Amino acid sequence: MNDSTSSQSLSAVLMHVLKRELLTAFRHRQALINPLVFFAIVIVLFPLGVSPEPAFLKMASVGLVWVAALLSTMLSLDRLFQSDYDDGSLEQLVLCPEPLYLLLLVKSLAHWSLTGLPLILMSPFLALMLHLPPEHLPVMLLTLVMGTPVISLIGGIGAALTVSLRSGGVLVSLLVLPLTIPVLIFGSGTVQASIDGLPIMGHLAIMGMMLVLALTLSPFATAEALKMSVSN
Amino acid sequence: MGNPVLEILNLDCERDDRLLFSDLNYQFKVGDIVQLEGPNGAGKTTLLRILSGLFSSYDGQILWKNDLLSRNSALFQSELLFIGHKSAIKLSLSPLENLRYLMGLQQTFNESDLFMALEQVGLSGYEYVLCRNLSAGQQRRVSLARLYLSNARLWILDEIFTAIDKQGVAQFEKLLAKKAKSGVTIILTTHHELSMPNLRILSLNAASTIFECETDICEVTEHE
Repeated sequence: MNDSTSSQSLSAVLMHVLKRELLTAFRHRQALINPLVFFAIVIVLFPLGVSPEPAFLKMASVGLVWVAALLSTMLSLDRLFQSDYDDGSLEQLVLCPEPLYLLLLVKSLAHWSLTGLPLILMSPFLALMLHLPPEHLPVMLLTLVMGTPVISLIGGIGAALTVSLRSGGVLVSLLVLPLTIPVLIFGSGTVQASIDGLPIMGHLAIMGMMLVLALTLSPFATAEALKMSVSN
Repeated sequence: MGNPVLEILNLDCERDDRLLFSDLNYQFKVGDIVQLEGPNGAGKTTLLRILSGLFSSYDGQILWKNDLLSRNSALFQSELLFIGHKSAIKLSLSPLENLRYLMGLQQTFNESDLFMALEQVGLSGYEYVLCRNLSAGQQRRVSLARLYLSNARLWILDEIFTAIDKQGVAQFEKLLAKKAKSGVTIILTTHHELSMPNLRILSLNAASTIFECETDICEVTEHE
């Protein structure tokens, strides 16, 4: 009887989680800018360090944008649950009566919209700087839109597993990087195929599959990993 | 009154090769206020975490309304209020934002209720100040404001009076006594002297012997 009067609707709870994620991120703007600056710096420094030849840069551009995107997303991962774990709000999240995997899916999407999305918005400028042919920009953006959420979602599992360890930072990268390599291969492979004039639908289908798998399965793994970490 | 809400059956728990408790049996009834007592490291927090379903490496059974706790976790959680010794307060948010989120995970509420609760805990005028600018006691009070709003039937409160002044503790004690009368079961740990009528005490001894007494006068014999 208590239930009907006091329990929250699921969407209201999810909104609370989303709002708080965005609000806390907004109050720590500097942490948001960090991965973006890293992304830009890697791409700007590369021609200086290797070769400024347009022909070479054109060849390397796609791979470079993708590698930089992968690494800078990785940079922001250890922040995903750390402060919530330290101040005890993770316990409250685990004890919420709503399904934990949905709450975590919202958390991951918030993380992506704060790290992956700005990075995608920045990428065309950097790609053009590397002499990527402009007609292939839409394909590159599409692969980034499909690929970066996968990195955020898979990274969430690693972050959840290592959150209770004092020095989880390096471990997250070690755990997560191998799992994200298929995303990198197909992400840059799609754009390369498009530059080479090959059909890209097959590549895109595989990227779509990875996105769907990550969206549907990784929150469950993250939820279980978090329950384990919180019980320590 | 009288039916056990939460029941511990033959609980054994070992952490880091140390036996915290073995063969622990206890019944928490509707309207009980139970204080866990014991020296530091006796396993008070661990027991509270086991009871709230956060910690699950133990032998034995925890029954909630005569059914295994692990089997009804969503239903159980909708009737549980857990405040840990980590207060779950984000320093970069204001008391109002913190309270809104923490309550939002549990139940529906009106915006005006939040202001009312913050006023009750002595934080009126601080609603929009970032928590990092509040004192430790005030931060604790933000998380205790949930006590004024919660509809939960089982409260598990771990060291909630840390950094709270004497008048504050007295005020919250009164609230707990009132809630217990209305049928809320309260399990808590604290190092403050509580002066509540019908407080039950569950003593955990570091030497893993359990003493229990029913009245407010508790005789704990020294053991080894």
